[in-house]
Amino acid sequence: MKGFTTALLMASCCTALVAQAHAADLPGAIGKGEGDLNVVAWEGYADDAWVKPFEQQTGCKVHRKYVGSSDEMVALTRMGGGKGFDVVSASGDAALRLIFGHNVQPVNMSLIPAYDDLMPELREPSFNTVKGVHYGVSYEWGPNILMWNTKAFSVAPTSWAVLYDKAHAGAITVPDNPIQIADAALYLAHVKPELGITDPYELTQPQMDAVVALLKDQRALVKKYWALASDEVDLFKSGDAQVGSAWPYQANTLRAAGVPVQDTIPTEGATGWADSWMISAHAEHPNCAYLWINHVMTPKVQAQQALSFGETPGNTKACAEMDAQQPGSCKQYHANASSAYFATIKFWKTPMKACGNGQNTCLDYSAWQRAWQQVKQ
Amino acid sequence: MTGGRKLLGHVALLLPPFGWLTLFYLGSLFILLLSAFWQVDPMSGDVVHDWTLDNFRLLVSDATYRIVAQRTIGIAALVTVTDILLAWPLAYVIARKVGPRLKLTLLVLVALPLWSSMLARIYAWRLILGHDGVLNWFLRAAGLPGQSFAFTNVALWLVFSYLWLPFMLMPLVSALERIPASLLDAAGDMGATPWQTFRTVIFPLAIPGMAAGSVFTFAVTLGEYVTPMLVGGAGSEFIGNVVYANVGVSGNVPFAAAFSMVLLVVIGAYMLVARRFGAFEGA
Repeated sequence: MKGFTTALLMASCCTALVAQAHAADLPGAIGKGEGDLNVVAWEGYADDAWVKPFEQQTGCKVHRKYVGSSDEMVALTRMGGGKGFDVVSASGDAALRLIFGHNVQPVNMSLIPAYDDLMPELREPSFNTVKGVHYGVSYEWGPNILMWNTKAFSVAPTSWAVLYDKAHAGAITVPDNPIQIADAALYLAHVKPELGITDPYELTQPQMDAVVALLKDQRALVKKYWALASDEVDLFKSGDAQVGSAWPYQANTLRAAGVPVQDTIPTEGATGWADSWMISAHAEHPNCAYLWINHVMTPKVQAQQALSFGETPGNTKACAEMDAQQPGSCKQYHANASSAYFATIKFWKTPMKACGNGQNTCLDYSAWQRAWQQVKQ
Repeated sequence: MTGGRKLLGHVALLLPPFGWLTLFYLGSLFILLLSAFWQVDPMSGDVVHDWTLDNFRLLVSDATYRIVAQRTIGIAALVTVTDILLAWPLAYVIARKVGPRLKLTLLVLVALPLWSSMLARIYAWRLILGHDGVLNWFLRAAGLPGQSFAFTNVALWLVFSYLWLPFMLMPLVSALERIPASLLDAAGDMGATPWQTFRTVIFPLAIPGMAAGSVFTFAVTLGEYVTPMLVGGAGSEFIGNVVYANVGVSGNVPFAAAFSMVLLVVIGAYMLVARRFGAFEGA
């Protein structure tokens, strides 16, 4: 009898613990802000234009750390056991690593009103939703573009081929980032269909060898691999680079500074990013984190972010707000026809051993990092 | 009795510095050595504490890391030779040819750049060497073709040579100062030509100064990663950059530790050689 009671007690206590753990995973309501919010974000993702109003409304003081690559983002969020940040604006190639590394916690979407206004493609994309559990709220997205100085090009280039063309030796710049391998893979998928590359993030060893060979040839033509967006802006300003792979953000910044640059999505298509705001598994300020996500998901901030960075909002209601802030910008950034445009971009995702076709012959991300080091030498 | 107390006093005096060294310096080196034999789980980024030689195997089997190490050591050696050549004439003039007031002025001028931020000086070189930079502006004004050294290993060599020149100059000046004038007079009296005097008297006596200077130019260049990041281009990676990328970007501390061990071994070996040439004798 005594044994039975003990067992019963233990069982009920454990049930209570489990229930508590679930409650801790998914908060039922957003409480009062804790007064501080630690943000790890892309350069340009926590602008005063929307940070200041947020601080005033919620009393959550925002502390920012900017990064220039997904790898840097992952490294920074893992530092100190993941206690150093509350929210992170992870791209698709970082998001899965954060989920599998248990660095982020599930998000209760019923506390995010803007969730219902998200583009259907971004409600439960594979990069932030695993087995039906949401680990992030899709934010904004955009393409990696081809950018050039119009003084150096009388005819506008339409193919990524210019970045592998000896005619532009010493005037090319590309990102210093292992995920850049996917750009070369996308190009090779078009010029060498016999390699059989179907997804630029799912490469077998022979395919990777071909891509690395192409990128090693490119190294001789590259002036500098840029690590931060501001590096590339400097290179174009000084005239050291005339053509390169860029984000719309650099093109906007350079045009504002009077440098004659143009940009396009080449005929081969483009890689791109789709970012999600995620909450640290060890967040010390979870209420401020939810408040922040709800703030940046409002049509107004979505439009401000889209215009300052040059990307497309995930919230479909941001279109009108974009046109109000800058007439014609909704159409310019495809916020009105986003689904069709969305389908043309190969979004960053974490390369894994498992290929999409059920085979296990693809190279994982650590192999990509080693390959990138071989390219750079 | 007093002897015992004296010994205790000595121990108490030596304990803090040695404790400090052991705990912070040797302790961190030991952890570095240990983690070089660990691995990182690629998906979660956790360090897996299984003993493995994979990091070292990759270092040896992948030509990339040999090329990076060769470049690092090669440029560091080139910078050392360049700084020795550049430092000699000026050091000789400062040490033996000018009066005390001019000497002080010249030494202050040499040290002056060290008072400004190293980053600012490196960025200044970007402005000098850039495509539309100061150097090309002068070259074009003189009707000469422009250079394109920016973001190449040539730029790296120039900037490193510039950065560490004072550190070669100072020890060389002090070595040359300490050569007694009587030795030079004696050489002259024995009928040595100026060149013979230089070759057989001055140069050998200046070797400890050059060795001390090279500890800075060679060893510090070896461990650099900021300059290659800022003025280097495609194909300018140093060991330090690979280490930095593995720690701060990939989160692969074990591999970074393994590559750092290579750096430690090279620098350790170099220190032994420099000591043989008298780099650490007197000052």
